[in-house]
Amino acid sequence: MVAFLIVGLQLDPRKVPSPLIGKQIPQFNLLELSANETFITNKDLPSTPYLLNVWASWCGACLEEHRLLKQISELGSLKIVGLNYKDDYSEATKWLLRYGDPYIQKIFDPEARLGLNLGVYGVPETFLIDESGTIVYKHIGPLTFETYSLLLQQLESKKL
Amino acid sequence: MKIIKILIPTLLLAAISISFASDKIYSFANSNQELIFESLLEELRCLVCQNQSLADSGSGLATDLRDEVYQMVLEDNSHQTIKKFLVERYGNFVLYDPPLNPSTSILWFAPFLMAIIAVGLILFFSNRPKQN
Repeated sequence: MVAFLIVGLQLDPRKVPSPLIGKQIPQFNLLELSANETFITNKDLPSTPYLLNVWASWCGACLEEHRLLKQISELGSLKIVGLNYKDDYSEATKWLLRYGDPYIQKIFDPEARLGLNLGVYGVPETFLIDESGTIVYKHIGPLTFETYSLLLQQLESKKL
Repeated sequence: MKIIKILIPTLLLAAISISFASDKIYSFANSNQELIFESLLEELRCLVCQNQSLADSGSGLATDLRDEVYQMVLEDNSHQTIKKFLVERYGNFVLYDPPLNPSTSILWFAPFLMAIIAVGLILFFSNRPKQN
């Protein structure tokens, strides 16, 4: 009983395990958050491993991880695709102008179409997607340096 | 008197917030759809506001999921299909009543196991001769 209690207390009830690990990114066709206002679909996503970061301009915790995301993009170690979740187009654009844009592509998802299919229930959330488009890992809450380096290590050991 | 003065506004506020949570009116083509919708909402748990069902939660995600369930009900999807759709995305966690499968088996069998252990311990100790 004591063991259960100790384990139970360490589990965070908000960390709902994702049933999508090992599955493909759901099909989508959404506007791109960019000046040319084109549509973006699964085919446009990178064919190398990348992070899919779910964020919104109204989300305070997103700002917390933003510095790390910018560092990752500057290092070029991993590509980051942004999924703009339940946000306002101009607010999101302004936010990126103000704080910097770490994303190679940005999916605009104001009605949480892709968000719902990805089982997103809060922002920020970050998925690691492999070269075949399979979801490998899901991080809930602001991305930490520890998680990022762990993921990078795992990716590199897979390559060797 | 002082308590009543505090209590009445508090209760009034509570009443207001309850009516806010379910201010949207859903209409259905037939009573079967309505039945599926109502029963699903009671069965599904809000992920952000845990320990509240989708029916009585006012959070943004709950509203989204409620609307999604509503759309699927209108498109005449079955109770099972809609439940499966949500479990595939959010896991068994969305259900108040988790299904019996390997990962939830401990949840279902632990009480029986503990009862058996407890009975065993009682029998073991009660059969031992008294020390004094």
